Amino acid sequence: MRPLRRPFRLSVVTAATTVAALTALTGCTEKSGAGADGAIAVTATDTKCEVSKKEFPAGHVELDIENKGSKVTEVYLLFPDDRVVTERENIGPGTKQKVTAEVKEGDYRIACKPGMKGDGIRQDVTATGSGKIAKRDPRLDKAVASYRKYAQEQADATIPLVKVFAEAVKDGDIAAARKAYAPSRIGWERTEPVAESFGDIDPKVDVRADGLEEGQDPEKDWTGWHRLERSLWQDGKLTARDSELADQLVTDLEDWQKRVGKAEITPTSMANGAKELLDEVATGKVTGEEERYSHTDLVDFKANVEGAEESYALLKSVAAENDPELTKELDQQFAALNTLLDKYRADKTGYDFVSYDKVGKAERKELSDAVNALAEPLSQLAAAVVK
Amino acid sequence: MATEDPSAEAPSHEPPSSKAPDTRAPSRRALIGWGGAGLALGAAAAGGAAAVARTGDDGGSPGAGAAVAFHGAHQAGIATPVQDRLHFAAFDVETDDRAEFVAMLKDWTAAARRMTAGQAVGDGAYGGLPEAPPDDTGEALGLRPSRLTLTVGFGPSLFDRFGLAGRRPEALVDLPQFAGDNLDRARSGGDLCVQACADDPQVAVHAIRNLARIGFGKVSVRWSQLGFGKTSSTTPEAQTPRNLMGFKDGTRNIAGTETARLKRFVWVGAKDVDANSAWMSGGSYLVARRIRMHIEPWDRTSLQEQEDIFGRDKGEGAPVGKAKERDEPFLKAMLPDAHVRLAHPDSNDGATLLRRGYSFTDGTDGLGRLDAGLFFLAYQRDVRTGFIPVQRNLAADALNEYIQHVGSAVFAVPPGVRDADDWWGRALFSPSTTEG
Repeated sequence: MRPLRRPFRLSVVTAATTVAALTALTGCTEKSGAGADGAIAVTATDTKCEVSKKEFPAGHVELDIENKGSKVTEVYLLFPDDRVVTERENIGPGTKQKVTAEVKEGDYRIACKPGMKGDGIRQDVTATGSGKIAKRDPRLDKAVASYRKYAQEQADATIPLVKVFAEAVKDGDIAAARKAYAPSRIGWERTEPVAESFGDIDPKVDVRADGLEEGQDPEKDWTGWHRLERSLWQDGKLTARDSELADQLVTDLEDWQKRVGKAEITPTSMANGAKELLDEVATGKVTGEEERYSHTDLVDFKANVEGAEESYALLKSVAAENDPELTKELDQQFAALNTLLDKYRADKTGYDFVSYDKVGKAERKELSDAVNALAEPLSQLAAAVVK
Repeated sequence: MATEDPSAEAPSHEPPSSKAPDTRAPSRRALIGWGGAGLALGAAAAGGAAAVARTGDDGGSPGAGAAVAFHGAHQAGIATPVQDRLHFAAFDVETDDRAEFVAMLKDWTAAARRMTAGQAVGDGAYGGLPEAPPDDTGEALGLRPSRLTLTVGFGPSLFDRFGLAGRRPEALVDLPQFAGDNLDRARSGGDLCVQACADDPQVAVHAIRNLARIGFGKVSVRWSQLGFGKTSSTTPEAQTPRNLMGFKDGTRNIAGTETARLKRFVWVGAKDVDANSAWMSGGSYLVARRIRMHIEPWDRTSLQEQEDIFGRDKGEGAPVGKAKERDEPFLKAMLPDAHVRLAHPDSNDGATLLRRGYSFTDGTDGLGRLDAGLFFLAYQRDVRTGFIPVQRNLAADALNEYIQHVGSAVFAVPPGVRDADDWWGRALFSPSTTEG
């Protein structure tokens, strides 16, 4: 989280030109296409996702969905990189739903998710047309799809952890709440640029006191993790308001969990997202501003680095081809930063880090230097990916 | 020696269009392996940015916007005319990889060559890939070269690394503890330093910022100091500037044209070096001291006491009993603890320094006091016969009641970069023990 909230993280939200070619058309209602008669019938069961046709003309597309299974399901039309073109949730057993979308020519997938869980049962489909679409390196589509899956997994894994935290707050159990606080943030911190791309969620869950807008009252308008952090560590007491805030945090994060799949992610936004995670470290964590009451900054720090490393790992094969010196440098600097971070935790698989107020000025500078050493070459990753 | 004469800079500052390939592009991207494609991509952008900055400077008068020659027997920024602004940075080395450090010095040299000529670093500040940050940070675009000089020095601690122990010159001693020192470790020392001087502060800051950026992962900034208002001059025709105490100091500073005094007191000569320190021949030793002034007490001091402390009058700058600033001082007329008397070469067996200090003001110190003083920079042929005896003699200085030395560093400043194939520290890092 930045000290001052910005409406959007540009590199994530403003999709690079490469994605424009794949983006669904909008506001184009009279296009010829499958039409009502040409609708694609999707028959969902608990084990199958059958589609009536696998090729259809680009333009207006209608999915006629019938759930013949025993579980509630949801149906997605997906881009090859797993970005959502359109979706319909909560399709009960025995019910029918219609979904429409405007699509450009290209490859897509239809996925049914019986029980609304997992990756779903998928069918490859193609929208045909006369024009040509600039093909992206399929390895990059795969990288984006994998990263999207990672972001979803992080959100999914966060919900139970934040519920543990919220319950402890509501129980008035300060010790348990303090213990559950930092772990509940790890998934968020790992994928923060994606989470922040939904401009409205971040200010609800991760804003700090100094990030409130003019006229906002910290007692009334400040919500999210850091408000509870203040109650737990600075105030040392939990009130009815904190219980409300705990419930609100869960609700807001469930909103994030539902929307992660719709984030616009491109290879360059992944690369720049990795760099942004290091920027988060450089501006908030290394100074101790992020977790000013709990001093759990190093947990966030580690999670940010892990998220950046995930993006990098997925893009590495392409980047290494275009710029082997860069990936060599990045491997080295990630390793160096991780080695340095390991000095601050006894167990290298755990997140029990040294309290940041115990980290001296010289040690903080050492951490800052290591972040600069990694973030500078990391800022070149996007160029190496699109080259 | 580097000079400000525009005709002297011709060989090293051709227009961008005629640039030899090896004079361009310390591209950060190239650094981390962007390779040949980056070179091709950069040619147009860099040329464009450079053209803006260079227009009108080459043939113009050597005024405030001109370029100072980067190549020469000695590094520019020592005997060349003192500019008004300073950004000084000391770095710690982070890497243990000698080749990586050498590569950085080459990249720094290439970047310095361009920046001192008023050109952007690498592929420039715009026009490159939209998804990547530009090579140059851009805040000096459109500004003139502003007589930017970049001067590199190597600290004693550098010689503990990279197998350089045997190459540390004897004259590069660790400074002793002086009476009254209250040194802050975080503002002292450093494995290497860069002194950036320019007429425009933005140009000096731009230079350090870009070098620091190129250095990330290899070196990190240990401390840095901004300076304004030069406190001494290397051009005798210019008026002696005043320090923040309001006094003229350094009237007899060595001028850039005084070849004999420079040779005697500033430049390391062939006889000063052995096979292991031959790389320093043509170089100099730099002492940097952050001297905090107790400004408010000083301002409450009577004029008489102020003048007694310095041994000069405040208006003219004339030494005690004399009429004009440049009149030969009669030291015995001054109080025994007067600053000029104790600092004068005649009180120090002839020891003479080339001073290049700047005033600094870093806001206030939290107690409402101005955090200000003199960032003292002095060049000499040997620290043991230069700064050390003079500073020891100043232990009795009446001025000490109003100043405190809070930062300190010493550096070996190698000779100049000779041509487009040369780089900072080449002779030090070359395998031969004879002078390169």
